[in-house]
Amino acid sequence: MKQTDINSLKPVIEISDLRKGYGENSVLNGFNMKLFEGENLVIMGKSGCGKSVMIKCLIGLEEADSGTIMVMDKNIGELKQEELDELRTEIGFLFQGSALYDSMSVRENLEFPLRRHTKKFGILNDTTPLVMEALENVGLAHAINLMPSELSGGMKRRIALARTLILQPKIILYDEPTTGLDPITSKEIIVLMMSIQKKYNTSSIIITHDVDCARVISNRMILLVDGINYIEGTFEELSISTDPKVRAFFK
Amino acid sequence: MNSLTNIIAVFKVFLSEVGELSYFASRFFKEAFKRPFEFKEFLHQCFNMGNRSLLLVAVTGFIIGLVFTLQSRPTLQEFGAVSWMPSMVSISIIREIGPIITALICAGRIGSGIGAELGSMRVTEQIDAMEVSGTNPFKYLVVTRILATTLMIPILVFFGDAIAIYGSAMVENIKGNVSYLLYFNQVFNSLEFSDLIPTTIKTFFFGFAIGLVGCYKGYTCKKGTAGVGLAANSAVVFTSMLLFIIDFIAVFVTNIFYEL
Repeated sequence: MKQTDINSLKPVIEISDLRKGYGENSVLNGFNMKLFEGENLVIMGKSGCGKSVMIKCLIGLEEADSGTIMVMDKNIGELKQEELDELRTEIGFLFQGSALYDSMSVRENLEFPLRRHTKKFGILNDTTPLVMEALENVGLAHAINLMPSELSGGMKRRIALARTLILQPKIILYDEPTTGLDPITSKEIIVLMMSIQKKYNTSSIIITHDVDCARVISNRMILLVDGINYIEGTFEELSISTDPKVRAFFK
Repeated sequence: MNSLTNIIAVFKVFLSEVGELSYFASRFFKEAFKRPFEFKEFLHQCFNMGNRSLLLVAVTGFIIGLVFTLQSRPTLQEFGAVSWMPSMVSISIIREIGPIITALICAGRIGSGIGAELGSMRVTEQIDAMEVSGTNPFKYLVVTRILATTLMIPILVFFGDAIAIYGSAMVENIKGNVSYLLYFNQVFNSLEFSDLIPTTIKTFFFGFAIGLVGCYKGYTCKKGTAGVGLAANSAVVFTSMLLFIIDFIAVFVTNIFYEL
């Protein structure tokens, strides 16, 4: 997807003047961002600069101090709990540590989100076809009866991705999807993310420190510095920037 | 001056903790009556807490009954009052020793378990994942656990009391050659509803306190594995303290009713 194409698309997420702080420590100081349909947007920034806080505000896990977050034309701050839960079926979230439920098997982990959303899927008597489809998408159909403790780090990340996909979301938020994985598994996860984007035409926000991941997957990048979007552009544009703050990420 | 500042700081922390716990409790009452009800998870928790604590409560109850009788026997014998043994043992176990000991054991076994489980779910973002998937984690994790402890602790207390009295009867049977029939006849003759009702009501409060504090400590656990350990530990300490306070209030209120 080219930069010129992006501007002609409809934004699915629009964040304006987002501010969030904890006590005297302000993390986001008027962050602005747009995510367009079918786009992969990479957000980079130093640890603790507020990237994870931003996506947590986006999905309603954290309450913003001020600013507006529009997701598919709905203002997150004005939604009732039921409306927010319904909207969340359209947004998948891949947590940094996978966040699989330890006490449940892989099958139960995948079935868990389905039971809540009878509006979207109807009342399901047999969830096996949906569970199998999601597991086949990540190449782990054989792990259906395993417990999370029996899975490797890479497998956990894939199962978490399958759990995200089972609700067939239109937007996926990835919080450092390759952190803590070896280079080979990281590449496999990146390939998987790209194939999912291609298959389901999802729009994604990817938070990462991994420059290789950003190069391969991004249509557009934002550099978050001091709680604002410091610079925005394609990977190629940012990688040749002479700004020392930008250069620091590409060294 | 410094120690006064420290005392004020500790008092402030204590008050804010009590305030947060009260808010947590009020949220429980709000969420408990809202649909959808997590009935399956509630039953699962009841099974988990009840069934898995059964052996521990039985062994402890049996030993308490045994030791209590063995210790009191020589003194009662001195006064020629061994025949009072069944009524003394049953009243003291049912009114006081059974509920408080069982509740303390459950605070250690169940309260710390809830604190550690929810704490580790919090630090590994499993609670956030649940919320993102459209499930209300407070309702699914907290409400079901508090309701389960509130229901299961009284049942476990009854069970523990029965085993403790059986332990006492066994000692009397062996040492004093008293038949089980005679012993239990004496037990039921000495017990009244006024012994049973206040103690049963008290155990519901014990159960509620164990679930509430365990869930509160785990659900609000600070980041990191150290936080999980701290959540489990402080759940036991705080609950134990709360159990004695509830017990004191219950005895105080019961005595007011007896005097009326």
